[in-house]
Amino acid sequence: MSTQTTLSIDSNAVIELSRSKQEPEWMTSLRTEGLKLAESLELPKLEKTRIDRWSVSSYGTYKAQAPLASLDELPEVARGLASPNNLIVQRNSSIVHKQVAEELKQQGVIFTDLETALQEHADLVQPYFMKAVEANENQVTAIHAALWNGGIFLYVPKNVRVEVPLQALFVTDDAEASFAPHVLIVAEPFSSVTYVDNFVSSHTGGQLVQNGIVEVFVKPGAKVQYASVHNLGESVTDLTYRRAILENDGAVQWVVGELNYGNTMSDTTSILKGNGSDSDAKVICVGTDEQKLNLTTRAVHWGKASTSDMITRAVMRDGATAIINGITKIEKGATGCNGQQTEKVLMLSPKARGDANPILLIDEDDVKAGHAASVGQVNAEQVHYLMSRGIPKEVAQRLIIYGFLAPVVSEIPIKAIEEQLQGLVERKLGQ
Amino acid sequence: MANSPTFTIDGLKANVEGKEILKGLSLEIKGGEIHAIMGPNGTGKSTLASALMGHPKYEVTEGSVVLDGEDVLEMAVDERARAGLFLAMQYPSEITGVTNADFLRSAINARRGEGNEISLIKFIRQMEAKMKQLEMNPEFMHRYLNEGFSGGEKKRNEILQMLLLEPKIVILDEIDSGLDIDALRIVAEGVNAMRSEERGFLIITHYQRLLNYINPDFVHVMMQGRIVKSGGPELAERLEAEGYDWIKEELGIVDETVGQDEEEFKIPMNTTAPKY
Repeated sequence: MSTQTTLSIDSNAVIELSRSKQEPEWMTSLRTEGLKLAESLELPKLEKTRIDRWSVSSYGTYKAQAPLASLDELPEVARGLASPNNLIVQRNSSIVHKQVAEELKQQGVIFTDLETALQEHADLVQPYFMKAVEANENQVTAIHAALWNGGIFLYVPKNVRVEVPLQALFVTDDAEASFAPHVLIVAEPFSSVTYVDNFVSSHTGGQLVQNGIVEVFVKPGAKVQYASVHNLGESVTDLTYRRAILENDGAVQWVVGELNYGNTMSDTTSILKGNGSDSDAKVICVGTDEQKLNLTTRAVHWGKASTSDMITRAVMRDGATAIINGITKIEKGATGCNGQQTEKVLMLSPKARGDANPILLIDEDDVKAGHAASVGQVNAEQVHYLMSRGIPKEVAQRLIIYGFLAPVVSEIPIKAIEEQLQGLVERKLGQ
Repeated sequence: MANSPTFTIDGLKANVEGKEILKGLSLEIKGGEIHAIMGPNGTGKSTLASALMGHPKYEVTEGSVVLDGEDVLEMAVDERARAGLFLAMQYPSEITGVTNADFLRSAINARRGEGNEISLIKFIRQMEAKMKQLEMNPEFMHRYLNEGFSGGEKKRNEILQMLLLEPKIVILDEIDSGLDIDALRIVAEGVNAMRSEERGFLIITHYQRLLNYINPDFVHVMMQGRIVKSGGPELAERLEAEGYDWIKEELGIVDETVGQDEEEFKIPMNTTAPKY
């Protein structure tokens, strides 16, 4: 049986828009191809998750958005999430604010929206766009190729080390406007950069799909830190693919906070192509109400002596369900590599459900790989110990729950993001 | 003295998983006093400690426990602690993600009450001073609670909590197990420094060793879930020299333990395993 969904996408409008924006011909044909693929491809097959039963067809239509005169014009939820320096803001379908320091430009760093990058740096975009995640993988990636809008292009030239975090803010406050940002990062050899983004929503009605793709290209010896906090409301279905391709001695660090209120599918993958490359992924998640979450972290080792570490910690409240997958794949010939993973789920309600699925696929002998997974409730012995020091039961439980997430939260490279995550976690766990 | 506490245990009986382990235990501890409870393994000593603190696994069936006129058995675990009861546990829990400092500050603030929280600076100064006193590495302040601590480090951390929480009644459950001589001395010094009219101690141990460092005023021997003999420090010395057998003989006790599984299948001595 095919799990085809009826798509509310106007093909002609997509092509026309591409033309009117004077996108390069290859982009217009990529969009056309995406539309075609979206008709024939199926939704991704997810472990123990019937994504076809989610609200996955409301993509809205492209709506041009006027640039912001001031950041104060943003909806309340989006204010104060990012410092005003080196910040790009996407509101619904378009970029509405851009502020990048002059020094960065002088160093040759390109930090701009993807639409502008297509006009000014098409030669830098084309070799990478939809190359880590391809349009033909499934219906979601195909639709993204066709519909993507706004977006970020970050290019760091060889040997340039960007010391300040570059930030993006993605805001949806119109459930009828399409919202499909694409983030493309290229870090040339021996460069380094930290990029941080936030996803927030403020809807008054209607359903919307956030179909986002992140592609990171880490060249030899380069280092990319990527932090992302998703705090989208109940009306948004969040489908996100993040994928990094690492060359020799390249390093990527993912820090992801999955703090949405709606159903969420995310897949955060590092392809360790180069020898000695290193990937570190940390994901925290809090599930509430009837939320359904399917979160995957994945490391694919091709390079010799490449290393990966993946940690996911999820707290499930109410009737929330989380399927947490960790996949370590070691290809033949990737000798001397080391892949580790841990998935832990803490359940706060008898109706909550959590599955931790560690998967090791190893085709080489001379490697190290390890996994740890656990699903459980708040430990009664620990609660007793804290209470025996005078701490009331509710406070004791809260300490233990925050403590469960702390090993991930405390390793976040940017203090402001750490505090923000802490605040969001508190809000989701509140009461 | 107004601040000198009185802690009275009267006819205490308690079950663990339906089995009666404490069989009517009575004891009174006053401020300034150090009581030692000694006895072989399996006689109910640790059950006494856990039942007094209110561990959910231990069900008190009879008797009373009163601290300064207040019914301890009616209190939840955290209320007992705030009333001034402290148990240094034999096996403290490890809690990931909660730092020692955060934990202790929460505990101190719970005791002080809302609106009267300790300032961060003052707290850190106090904690540093007490850690120095116990010769603890300052990094333990920011380590996760007991996680990866050695046996001795956990025990020192229990004493650190006692020093900072300044309880009225301190119960030390086998605080000497797993300690080397140096650690034992440091722990004992910590206890001795806390000795005052405002505080009473109940020290549970099965070795006399600890009592070389902490001089008890009273020594009690526990067998079969109750106190079978009490005396002064000389009793501990005699136990050290002669063991427990003379007490068993004196009282006609064959098996001093309580609640041990007697139904366990034992291979009769006169059989051999089948040969293949």
